[in-house]
Amino acid sequence: MATATQSGEKLSLLRVLGPGHVWGLGVGIVLVGEYMGWNFSVGKGGMIAALIACWVAGLLYTCVAMIDSEVTSTVAAAGGQYAQAKHIVGPLMAFNVGLFLVFAYTMLEAANAWTLGYLVQTASGMLGVTGADGAAVTLYDKPFVVLTIMFLAWLNYRGVHTSLTFNMVITAIAFIAIIILFLAVQPWGNSVLKHAELMSGKDGLLPYGWLGVVAALHFGLWYYLGIEGTTQAAEEVRSPARSLPLGTMTGMITLLIAATMTWYICAGLMPWEYLGTAATPMFDAARLTGSTPLIWLLFVGTVFATVASANGCINDASRAWFSMGRDRYLPEWFGAVHPAYRTPYRAIVFLVPLAVIFACFVPLDQIITFSILSGLLGYTFMAINVTMFRNKWPLGSISRGFVYPMHPLPALVLLVLCGVTYFAVFLGYGAQLLAMMVFYIVASLWFHFHRYKYVRRGDQFTMQWPRPIGH
Amino acid sequence: MTTFELLEYGAWGLSAVFGLWMLFDMIKTDRSYSEDLLTSSREGEIEDKLDGAR
Repeated sequence: MATATQSGEKLSLLRVLGPGHVWGLGVGIVLVGEYMGWNFSVGKGGMIAALIACWVAGLLYTCVAMIDSEVTSTVAAAGGQYAQAKHIVGPLMAFNVGLFLVFAYTMLEAANAWTLGYLVQTASGMLGVTGADGAAVTLYDKPFVVLTIMFLAWLNYRGVHTSLTFNMVITAIAFIAIIILFLAVQPWGNSVLKHAELMSGKDGLLPYGWLGVVAALHFGLWYYLGIEGTTQAAEEVRSPARSLPLGTMTGMITLLIAATMTWYICAGLMPWEYLGTAATPMFDAARLTGSTPLIWLLFVGTVFATVASANGCINDASRAWFSMGRDRYLPEWFGAVHPAYRTPYRAIVFLVPLAVIFACFVPLDQIITFSILSGLLGYTFMAINVTMFRNKWPLGSISRGFVYPMHPLPALVLLVLCGVTYFAVFLGYGAQLLAMMVFYIVASLWFHFHRYKYVRRGDQFTMQWPRPIGH
Repeated sequence: MTTFELLEYGAWGLSAVFGLWMLFDMIKTDRSYSEDLLTSSREGEIEDKLDGAR
């Protein structure tokens, strides 16, 4: 057991992480999107639409990463965007942002656990085992879905340093696997990749025209969804003002490279009709090369990317839930820190059944859509948040670890892209979008009329900042 | 019992072990320390001293 540490009869989370852990947390949550999920954008609009979605979503997330880096290098507290909203916008916004974070990450964790179960089942089917009646037999996926969630929750419970070092290592292996596959398909020649053949004619480029490009944006987010999760480590990194911007921006660069390589590999190996519906496109790409070592490498890469994402999601969802408990936005019971492991142990345990229920009983596309919508609501908040931050505390009024360039252009770009993506989601999942909105409105009413009276209003604002302009 | 069935039971068993471990540790911790201490964390307070924990 880790050494029990008490200082002046107070417990806090441990500051033991560096920029590498922040990179591992951000990229770890997202990289699974390169292994699977992004390719549904091909099904929505074709090869070129998927590439445009990749780069437009890349622009959206570069804005997110830059904006987040500036604000979080100043508001360095667990809870990330929740803590930012509390200090910059107000309690009701903070409550909603906290819920966006918890739902986005818990749903993503459930989707990852579901995927891991699917991978185990698929791999067992490839062994060619047959039953007494001669029919093919595969492993039942649910025990492995539950095991993934339980093991990773246990790892997170035991300490942030171990869990995020684990994440950093397996994420690096999954990223290297993509680079090796990229080099193995010889992108400098056309002996393996057949872009010209596969993308000939209208159907190979934009089968549904420009509306298909808009529709493709929905799953284009999958290339980068979750990079903003780096901010949840703010209270556990040794030097937040340096580590968070460094880890987040290098993470974003990593993802832009990985996303482009992923599209290039798959677009040169598979027809769009297949690619648009494939469950594991990168693993399929490796199988098409016919190389056994590559098949194994990409299988391991897929599994590691999935585990890293689920692990990072548990870390982030629990920090957001913990922060809300600590401020009494939720029962204070959730704001407890383990005296030995220094983790938000009650928040970690409480979210386990929620993830298990969604992973075992809710269809995957519904889980993913709930996660994307919650994330999208969070990005919309970020554009408004940074504008208020710059207006209330202009440059020079408080110390910032990072200043993002060309303000307010990235915030405006982010807002416009969010609007387009809402429309893209509405095209495919209008009912879920409306249901989600109703849920957040009801939750807001509960917070305003019932919960807010329990909040210690003075204690929640902890930043030593000057009075904002206009107040 | 087939190998696949053994693996499935093994996964259920390990899940139960991890789940029960967390549950027992949480109950033990809650009984061993005061609620005031466990919920004493405050936002913005920096703890740089690791006391050799890691």
